[in-house]
This record gives sequence, structure tokens and C-alpha cells, in this order.
Amino acid sequence: MLAVVGYYEEWWIQILKAIIIFAVALQLVPIVLITERKLLGRFQGRYGPNRVGPYGALQPLADILKLLTKEQFRPSTSVGMLFAIAPLISILTAVAAFAIIPFGNVQDIFGTPVGLYGIDVSVGPLYVFAFGAIAFYGIMLGGWSSGSKYSFLGAMRGAAQLISYEVSQGLALVGVIITAQTLSLTEIVTAQKGMWYVVPQVVGFLIFLVAGFAETNRAPFDLTEADAELVGGYNTEFGGGRFASYYFAEYLNVLVVAGIVTTVFLGGWLMPFGIHPPGWVDPFVVLGKMAIVTFLFIWVRATLPRLRYDQLMSFGWKVLLPLATLNALVTAIVVVAVH
Amino acid sequence: MDDQHRTPSEGEPAAAQAGEGTTREGPLQARLNVKAWSPGEDVIEVTRSPAPGAARSTWRAFRETARGLKTTLGRIAEGPNTIQYPEEKVPVYPRFRGRHKLHRFESDDPTYPSLEKCVGCSLCAAACPADCIRVVAAENTPEHRVSAGERYAAVYEINLSRCIFCGYCELACPFDAITMGHDYELSDYDRSDLIFTKEMLLAEPLERTPLRNEGE
Repeated sequence: MLAVVGYYEEWWIQILKAIIIFAVALQLVPIVLITERKLLGRFQGRYGPNRVGPYGALQPLADILKLLTKEQFRPSTSVGMLFAIAPLISILTAVAAFAIIPFGNVQDIFGTPVGLYGIDVSVGPLYVFAFGAIAFYGIMLGGWSSGSKYSFLGAMRGAAQLISYEVSQGLALVGVIITAQTLSLTEIVTAQKGMWYVVPQVVGFLIFLVAGFAETNRAPFDLTEADAELVGGYNTEFGGGRFASYYFAEYLNVLVVAGIVTTVFLGGWLMPFGIHPPGWVDPFVVLGKMAIVTFLFIWVRATLPRLRYDQLMSFGWKVLLPLATLNALVTAIVVVAVH
Repeated sequence: MDDQHRTPSEGEPAAAQAGEGTTREGPLQARLNVKAWSPGEDVIEVTRSPAPGAARSTWRAFRETARGLKTTLGRIAEGPNTIQYPEEKVPVYPRFRGRHKLHRFESDDPTYPSLEKCVGCSLCAAACPADCIRVVAAENTPEHRVSAGERYAAVYEINLSRCIFCGYCELACPFDAITMGHDYELSDYDRSDLIFTKEMLLAEPLERTPLRNEGE
């Protein structure tokens, strides 16, 4: 069955929006890349890349050029077709998940009403989790088809970690969904007019954030690419453009989680203290909030050491999951009691 | 039986050594000929239950995480400590032992060339533990006077790819003719380029290295 769509436009606008979303994602990822490297440098008392372009701003460009001009090779033990497809799955699911983040409500652009989001489905969070689930295949197939021990170990770790943390991540959102009584992300944002959900759903926010670190395979949960043990994790055998796609997908996933956090907990395009800027400001408000969440991601990466594997699992299943369940339960009881 | 042909190893159970005749009965400990080991005080009670004070330890973990985040943020406020090396150099201490320098007597008269301090005695070469200095001395003549002494160094070479910068040459020199300078950027593309001749050592150093100020 097709999901009910809250609002949709002419087909040509949809195609245009798809292109714009891809373009925006492609622009944002290098910015996040350079920001992360610069900020990590500052967190560690050094400059970070500062040789290419002004303040090293062109470093990602140089990196991407280097990667794309590299020779395409694959190990003789790899499974050719899957080896080529796996990075594509990763990048595709990341971009698809990005499509759901609302950058603003329906707005009048040259007399045509356009929703500032890829698609507004009535199953918003489910859509994200569906693509998150498909993203496993990018990692799993990539690791498996490399035909290398390290890649396979990294992929297994990644898959186990993603599966365990997706449960708590989903449950953390349940509280918000119960409060907002809708699954559409735009409606969740408009339901936050009075108060952002980060205040009443602070436990859900923290759980979602921590699970988000795990979902994006970032420190302190970056066991998939624990360099010391696994060389590079599932992408050990990948090089050149394929490695670039994995890298791209990884950082786009950070942006997606940041976008979801912004939308669901930080009031999306709404400004605090009753400020109502004109409609064209909305996307920048969302981007600003996403930048703050991304900063948090980088900050945590600079601070926390990597967890041990059993700590990771016991934390996910014994701490986060019960907490998330409790959060959903308490929210449900409170909502029923209030209404 | 196999048992007759092989020599029983040390730890092997007694029953196995006895072969066919012994019964396979009796308590295991008796058969294995080991004394019952009493764990005594070494036993540690293991309890499988939630650790006490879970709420407090959760709070502690939370607090410690926050403290860690504060620490890393403090590093941003502190600013980078990097020295942008090729553009910016670490100043050296006055007694830093860098590339050698050979010295001349100071002379204000430009028509009269100042004499070299080195008299070609080869004491530096004798003191050098790395054996990197080569001195060939020659006699000074009234027409051709190079140094203040009886003889002068016709050839004075230091192989800087062998030098360990110990400074013994400087100590050995009776005339303070050779001293250690402050230059430490000594890489080159060719090993033979690292053999410094007398002219190179006598020339004013390029002063590429900043000197550390008092108290810095």
C-alpha cells in the first residue's frame, strides 16, 4: 500500500525538488567534512587542514579530486557485482532519507505552492527507518563482498550495532509521535509551536541522540572502523570513488540524523520566543539547527573514547532500550491522563 | 595395549599408567591421584544481579561525560598550539648545537684579509667520535699567510651526514676556531652535498634559525 502523502505538487516540481535535494546534499557534505576536520583540530589544540585554499577551505575538494582520479581496483577475492553496488546502496539510502527532512512548510514560490521538503509522507519516521534498514545492506554487502576478514568483521559489527540501536532510536521517537499524534514530519514541526519537544521529551531526545551516534557509526560507537583492530572496517578494501561514496554516505547520514533531531525535537523551522521570520528564512533556520547538532556530533567525537564491543551491546540493550520503552510508556500514560 | 609402548608423561593420570589390571571405579579424585583442593580464602563470591547504586553510577557517567565535553571545549578556547613550521620556527637556545662554524680573527682593515683561527692541528678530528672531520694541514709562508699560527688547514671538511652534534670538536679546539652554530635545517638531496668544506663553514651562516630570547 502506498502511504498517504500530506501534500504533493506537479511532477515537474517533484523532479526539480529531487535534483535540488541531491545538489544541497552534495554541497553540505564537503562543508561538514571540512568543518569536522577543522573542529577536531581545534579540539585537539591544532589547526586542522589549512593549506589548500583560504583556511584550508578547499581541502575536501582536493580530497575528492584525489579519490576520484584514483585507479578503480578490487581484491581478487571480492564478489564483483556486489562490490560495485554496495557503496551505491549506501549513498542512495542516505540521500533518500535526506529527502524527508522538511526545510519549511508549503510556500508560494513564483505563484506555485511548493513544500520545502522532498516528500511529506504520513509515515515520516518509518520512512527514515526503512531507508536506514536498507543502508545496512550497503555496509553488509560491502564488507562481505570485499572477501577480506577485516571488512567482514567490520560489517558484522556494523550490522549488529545498527540493528540494536535502531530499536531504541525508534522507540525514542514513539514518545514524540504520541505527543504530536501524527507521523508526518511537517505536522510534528507545526505541533511544536508552543514548545519544542526537546523540553517535554528530553529523555527521548537524549536516547535518540546517543542512538544516532551509533546509527551513524560515529565515535564513541565507531567500532565498525576501529582502526587499531580492523584497519578501516567494512570499507577497508574500497578505494577511489567507491570509498568516496562510502565516506559521503557516512557524513550524509550524520546530516540526516541531525535533520531528524532538528525536525522532531528542536522545532524544525520554528524560531523560539515567538519570532516569525518570513518564509524564505525557514530553510536557513533548519540548516542552522542542523549545524548545531552536527557540532555536537563532532564535539562528542573529539571527547569520548571508543566503547568496547560488549559495552556497546550491553549499553544498547540494557540501558537505552529499557529507558526508551519506559519513556514511551510514561508519555502514553501522561498523554491519556491529560486528554 | 598401547600403554606398554609409550612412556607416560608426567601429568598423566595414575589409572592410565596401570594398564589393564586396574578397575575404572572409585571416585575421580582417587583415580586421578590428586588431593582435593580447598579454595579457602581465595574464593570470590560472584553475584549476578544489577550492581547496587545504578542511579548514582548513571549520574556519575553522565557527569563525567559532561566534564569531558567541557575539557575538550576548553581546548578550543585555548587556541591551537601548533607552530606552522616552515613559515614559523621554534627558537633555539643559545647553547643549541647545530651546524659548525669556522671563525676568523676580526679585522677592520678590508685590504688586509683577516686570518683564520684554525691552525690545522687536527685535534678536532682526533676528538670526533663519529670520525667526520678531515683536516689536511699546510705550512704558512710569508707570501701566503692564511692563519695566525705556523700552519693552516688546507683542507677542512665536516661530513654532516656522519656528525652526531656532540660538540667535542668545539671543546677540543685550542683556538676556539670551530664552534657549533644554531642551524638545524640540514637536509639535502645528495649525500655528497652534506660534506661541508672550509669555505662553507667559514661563510656567514644564513641565520635561518631564530634564537630564543631570555626567559622564553
